[in-house]
Amino acid sequence: MEDKILIEAKNLKKYFKVGANAQLHAVDGVSFTIKKGQTLGVVGESGCGKSTLGRVLLRLYDVTDGQILYDGVDITKMDSKEIRPIRARMQMIFQDPSGSLDPRKSVKELIGEPLKIYKVCKNQEEYDRRIAEIMKTVGLSERYTESFSHELDGGRRQRIGIGRALAMDPEFIVCDEPVSALDVSIQAQILNLLMDLQKEKGLTYIFITHDLSVVKHISHEIMVMYLGQCVEYAKTKDLFANPLHPYTQGLLDAVPIPSLKAKKLSTQIMRGELTSPVDPAPGCRFAARCPYATDACRGKDIPLKEVEPGHFVSCTRF
Amino acid sequence: MENTKKKGLLDRLKSSRVLRVMFGRKIIVVCAVLILVMVLVAIFAPVIAPYDPNKDDLYNVLKGCSAEHWLGTDSNGRDVLSRIIYGARVSFTVGLVAVLISSVIGMALGLISGVAGGVVDSVIMRIMDAMMAVPMLILALFLGAILGQGLFNVCLAIGISMVPQYARITRGQVLSVRNADYVTAGTLCGASRVRNTLVHVFPNCLSANIVTMTASLGGAILAEANLSFLGMGISPPTASWGAMVSGGYKYLSNQPVIAIAPGIAIMIVVLCFNMCGDALRDALDPKLRGTLGNGSKKRRKATKGV
Repeated sequence: MEDKILIEAKNLKKYFKVGANAQLHAVDGVSFTIKKGQTLGVVGESGCGKSTLGRVLLRLYDVTDGQILYDGVDITKMDSKEIRPIRARMQMIFQDPSGSLDPRKSVKELIGEPLKIYKVCKNQEEYDRRIAEIMKTVGLSERYTESFSHELDGGRRQRIGIGRALAMDPEFIVCDEPVSALDVSIQAQILNLLMDLQKEKGLTYIFITHDLSVVKHISHEIMVMYLGQCVEYAKTKDLFANPLHPYTQGLLDAVPIPSLKAKKLSTQIMRGELTSPVDPAPGCRFAARCPYATDACRGKDIPLKEVEPGHFVSCTRF
Repeated sequence: MENTKKKGLLDRLKSSRVLRVMFGRKIIVVCAVLILVMVLVAIFAPVIAPYDPNKDDLYNVLKGCSAEHWLGTDSNGRDVLSRIIYGARVSFTVGLVAVLISSVIGMALGLISGVAGGVVDSVIMRIMDAMMAVPMLILALFLGAILGQGLFNVCLAIGISMVPQYARITRGQVLSVRNADYVTAGTLCGASRVRNTLVHVFPNCLSANIVTMTASLGGAILAEANLSFLGMGISPPTASWGAMVSGGYKYLSNQPVIAIAPGIAIMIVVLCFNMCGDALRDALDPKLRGTLGNGSKKRRKATKGV
């Protein structure tokens, strides 16, 4: 049971058309598996395709190439009717809690929407009870039932978002930067809530963020993405203990250490900008910013290599 | 439960920033009150009007203002004041019905166009563009000529000619709303495209349309007056402000009141609606938030001091 694979992506690709014959490679050949009840953290800077990856998994976008297996079923090519029963089992928590809640709906209507659509409740009473239950689970006081989202603060708004995602008792939740719009004290509350819920209900998460300290807290495995590709993929412990890819090292170096001693630590700060994801040249996409880049890095794509058991990296140095 | 909800709505209305900003300027309050009075006059016309508006009195033709006939009589001896009062009914009916027709059709087309996109969008919007290329009044005249006279046909003609502006505005709003996260969330909640459009997209496109509705009420009333003036509008015995101006302007030199009085009525109503429409637009414009309403008096005082 513990080791059952819930969702699997095989060489997943999502290209967007930009202009006449240029393509933006948002997600370019990403593969991973997530076991039931586990969390995969996806880290990368903005524009590296991590949100697109989350949305592709939920089939909000059509897949350009590759395969998504959900609980052993191929959902890559399903049309909107076929995907509907599966959608009830997968949900999403959005980055911007105000943008993801319809400003014209009350808390009750927001959380109850999936219940209404899937006609889960037999009568009004059961519906009200279910909503009260969900609100209690996510830590929203009952007096907010009739409130509108803009009347509440960011943390409570995000709790509504989580409540809505939980309404149908899903198995799999895509958390698309669920805490990056919140301030630090609320971030911890929401993260703890998500972890408690995972323990309680055996939820499976894919946790998208640019904040390494957040994924360290919550993930079992971490995938580091750079320009649509996975550059390093490992258990959280291994990744933080032994970051191999220069980009991962750069990311870890960029995490501020709240200590005076840290002043003396010399850190390498990444320089340069992201190369364009539009029709990228073959080769390591990080090469332009990499301090170790050699000619071997350019010209052909570098496949992921298993350096240690369960620790994959795509770099010519290994 | 019911009670608290109602109270909540009333409180919200009272504390509504939009209403406060809108009625922050006194002239808007005056306009709103004038519109209200006009509407009441139209509704209670049979009670208020001193004479039957359609009864000819050939012994009292083209009389000037007097105690019996405050605004005199027209070439058939009908009381001008009574006809203006009854004419308000036609004007408001045409205004409301035309706006209703145009907004319902226009918003539906805009929604379909914005949500469907692609070929459907292109076809609908090119038709709208073609309609917009023709001046509204000419289009209404053309439609009026096809449909013929009569109150409903006038409403229909004016309504159809105003469809493009609603379609354009709604489409623009849909395009900005349809990619919002809450619409995506709706999809994830299992909502079909139709449900998502009606429940999440449409209500969030309404505010801009409400402004257009208020503003185009005046336009519709003016269009009716124009059509009636040109003889394409309401059929003769019924009092209509446009028709009254058209019937009265021949006597401008000896009895100017007959044409000028309904003209002033048109002017006031259209002006009031346009002012209210503008005020509503300003109040709803988030870019002007904070510059209007909050202490405009204070500012005025401050500038006086300088």
